[in-house]
Amino acid sequence: MVLSPEDKNHVRSTWDKIGGHGAEYGAEALERMFTSFPTTKTYFPHFDVSHGSAQVKAHGKKVADALANAAGHLDDLPGALSALSDLHAHKLRVDPVNFKLLSHCLLVTLANHHPAEFTPGVHASLDKFLASVSTVLTSKYR
Amino acid sequence: MVHLTDAEKAAVSGLWSKVNVDEIGGEALGRLLVVYPWTQRFFDSFGDLSSPSAVMSNPKVKAHGKKVLNSFSEGLKHLDNLKGTFSSLSELHCDKLHVDPENFKLLGNVIVVVLAHHLGKDFTPAAQAAFQKVVAGVATALAHKYH
Repeated sequence: MVLSPEDKNHVRSTWDKIGGHGAEYGAEALERMFTSFPTTKTYFPHFDVSHGSAQVKAHGKKVADALANAAGHLDDLPGALSALSDLHAHKLRVDPVNFKLLSHCLLVTLANHHPAEFTPGVHASLDKFLASVSTVLTSKYR
Repeated sequence: MVHLTDAEKAAVSGLWSKVNVDEIGGEALGRLLVVYPWTQRFFDSFGDLSSPSAVMSNPKVKAHGKKVLNSFSEGLKHLDNLKGTFSSLSELHCDKLHVDPENFKLLGNVIVVVLAHHLGKDFTPAAQAAFQKVVAGVATALAHKYH
């Protein structure tokens, strides 16, 4: 799957719109994922996953910062995400199915907070972007 | 069969009463066709699907979306017997329409995204979780008679 110039514009303008809310949205997406898809909690047995958890907030910021970095390097996602790709392959080993679950919850969060910007075309581009990031993060699994 | 708590059932029916089911239907089906363009394979007779705006304004998409969501709406009244409720639709989707059940999961998640889009802060994580159970249950029920 290839991100078209239009897809890239949609991703960049979305990240501009997100502004300083990245960490907040990252945490909300994680909370949504843990609530809707309880199996995802198996990767965080050491976390307090209750609403408002400081650990979830901190982790949401990490996820958001990584996505912002990816959004800033759309022409070289494998390069930008190389270290995270190694981490997920060799240390975290999160089953690939879970990337779709988090991606879905990120889309839900963005649709919820930015309804005007979340047009069908932008929705499609963001889905492709998150799928591309997921592919890179699982690319070294075997 | 889906297992919703009483709070979840209340959340689902409360939020569902706030949406225009006909409009949500067109919106959800349209977004499915835009975001996952391979799903257009079932709709060759629908005319112009060449761009997001063509899809979203296409009258056949709106009409069909309305039909699909009204059927889904019926399902919400029978959460303890989704397999029974969708039994003949399941046979139809297998034997006549030849739709891969994976598509039911895709549409279910698009419905959740559209609800999030429309409902703002009412669409809490707990409300989403309740709807995820419902869409998963409907998808399973629609796939149940496949052979």
